Amino acid sequence: MLLDIIIDGLIKGSVYALLAIGFSLVLGVARIINIAHTALYMTAAYLIYMGTKMLGLPPLIAMPAAIVLTVILGLLIYNFFIKPIQEHEAAVLIATIAVAMMIQEVFLMSFGGHYLGVNPLVEGYATILGVKVTYQHLLALGLALVILVSVRLFLLRTRLGLAIRSTAQDREVANLMGMNVTRVAMGTMGVSVGLAAITGAIVVPLVTVEPTMWMHPLIMMLAIVVLGGLGSIEGSFVGAYILGFAESLVVFLLPMGSFLKDSVALSIMILVLLIRPDGLFGVSFEEER
Amino acid sequence: MKTMKWFGLVLTAMLLALALCLPAGAAAPIKIAVLGPMSFTQGEGHWNGATMAAEEINKAGGIKVGNQMRPIELIKVDTNEFLSIPDATNAVELAVSRHKADFLVGGFRTEAVLVMQDIAMDAKKVFIGCGAAHPALCTKVTKDYDRYKYWFRLTPINSKYLGKVDFILLGTVAHIMKKTLGIKKIKVAVVAEKAAWADPIVNISKKLLPAKMGMEVVGVWRPSPVAKDCTAELAAIQRAGAHIVFTTFSSSVGLTFAKQMGELKVPAAAVGINVESQKSGFWPATGGKGAYTETINTYARVEITPKTIPFYDKYVKLYKEAPNYTAGTYDALYIIKNAVERVGTIDSDKVVASLEKTDYVDTAGRVVFDKSHDVTWGPGYVTAIGTQWQDGKIMCVWPYHWQKVFYKGTVPYKLAPWVVDYWKNKK
Repeated sequence: MLLDIIIDGLIKGSVYALLAIGFSLVLGVARIINIAHTALYMTAAYLIYMGTKMLGLPPLIAMPAAIVLTVILGLLIYNFFIKPIQEHEAAVLIATIAVAMMIQEVFLMSFGGHYLGVNPLVEGYATILGVKVTYQHLLALGLALVILVSVRLFLLRTRLGLAIRSTAQDREVANLMGMNVTRVAMGTMGVSVGLAAITGAIVVPLVTVEPTMWMHPLIMMLAIVVLGGLGSIEGSFVGAYILGFAESLVVFLLPMGSFLKDSVALSIMILVLLIRPDGLFGVSFEEER
Repeated sequence: MKTMKWFGLVLTAMLLALALCLPAGAAAPIKIAVLGPMSFTQGEGHWNGATMAAEEINKAGGIKVGNQMRPIELIKVDTNEFLSIPDATNAVELAVSRHKADFLVGGFRTEAVLVMQDIAMDAKKVFIGCGAAHPALCTKVTKDYDRYKYWFRLTPINSKYLGKVDFILLGTVAHIMKKTLGIKKIKVAVVAEKAAWADPIVNISKKLLPAKMGMEVVGVWRPSPVAKDCTAELAAIQRAGAHIVFTTFSSSVGLTFAKQMGELKVPAAAVGINVESQKSGFWPATGGKGAYTETINTYARVEITPKTIPFYDKYVKLYKEAPNYTAGTYDALYIIKNAVERVGTIDSDKVVASLEKTDYVDTAGRVVFDKSHDVTWGPGYVTAIGTQWQDGKIMCVWPYHWQKVFYKGTVPYKLAPWVVDYWKNKK
């Protein structure tokens, strides 16, 4: 059973980490609480469904196309809905809730409330030490880890990464040093939405595509970033795995209460916050920022 | 002068023709409100079934009320009941007070229909329920007849009988597994979404399976109705060594569960209630991984009555999908038509009395309402059916000579090959 928990927790944690890191990135750099983040993840999932099932495109074409289109949509949302009110954090929060609801309604009107699905890229399953894991889950785990490492390298090794980290550390100083903070924010938004879209592409063969599929990941993602420390990428990474494992533990140890997995994850978040109000990495990363 | 004569003749003929057409054309339509969550499959089923029946009835001249033929006018009422019960309340109020609906059909979620029912009863409008299964909707009729007599429930069979069929399906599959695979004691994993309607099934399962059906319950799993991942539950079920997974799903989790169960080739037979697997979209949505899933159902391309296959085929031709049970609005409209024609009026009290005498063979069986205005269940009446996904098609597998009931077109139940292989090699 321990192995079941480890494998399941790793897969869940990696997917949550991808979502939470994208959200944290734009929160840390531009102070944008983008509630529409998971709605964009859903957008990518629907675009892949349209590409593969309705237009008959091969998944390897439909998926990158969906990611690009979602990033473009994300940047348009940033320009038209977020940028004009960026200085007012509460307004941004409300505006992005509205955007997320709009996206939900568009899909509800276009596709109805039908539960849709996309075929996995790789069929079949592997048995690892007696535990059955589908190849698609293994692929999702592998891709999630590759993307997480790539994001890390991007932030450490590229000029935009450097700009993002500088802005995240101190926006005013970065501005005074001649950096175009708005452009950096836009670049960060692009990367953030890109991560949401990639998560959508990785996860779409594993989940049911429907117009409210953005809500549960949103709750989990918010719990993770609060647990990890607002805007902390490392915190999000650790928080994602903690909650991923918490979910798995509940299902395996408390089968009658497997519906409680979200509540347990959220309770852990509350407990950590009671002991450490800034989240796991809040204090140290707050100083860095 | 000759031209004037011709003109006069043509004018007279036109006036005559108009006068002849007037009685039929001027007859006020009978307004039937179709209530359902119109953005969702259930609401689409409500609307499609009712539209099909209304078109057929109107084509044949309409409903005969006394000496007058009156056409049906459908009112599409989006109750949005999945997302908001107050929306459902407002929609029914609108249908009754603004659109002046004469009859109401549809409804899906019991919680919402209970509220809709009260509004309809206040307005003394006949309401034929085609979606909600809770018996409480009908026990109100027996408890307070004067107020609730306008309520009738047509489809599906109520949850008490759904439970009965559920256990019959489970017993049938267990028997097949015992016979085919030589298993002595069947182990059952009970998997039910965490919803109030599923609680009684779980509680009864825990008692009934070991005590009366000679089976062992290896565990109970209660995922969220909207769970997006069931791999952990499936891993635990496999570890528990279940031969059968007894499912109780009405929501999206049914699709996720079936898809992942097929992907992981879990060596167990899935049987019970899985509403998602009643729909044509189940196969593409699971990428075919939902094969061999068995569920209680209302329709399949099988001769339940002589009307079933023509209805099924026409529905598929028109809407490119198989009808689900909410499409029973089709029968509801014919039942209203017959009741109205028997009494020659649309007066609610008289129609109620007429509906109580209904004995009508519809697309799902023979409809006779009981004292609580619920549809009678059992051999010779409406039985419901058990369907299984076989080679990309929804096939009827039950009743298979149960209580001497056999519907032409029913096929034998099939065990998944990986289930057979696993348990044969295990011995």
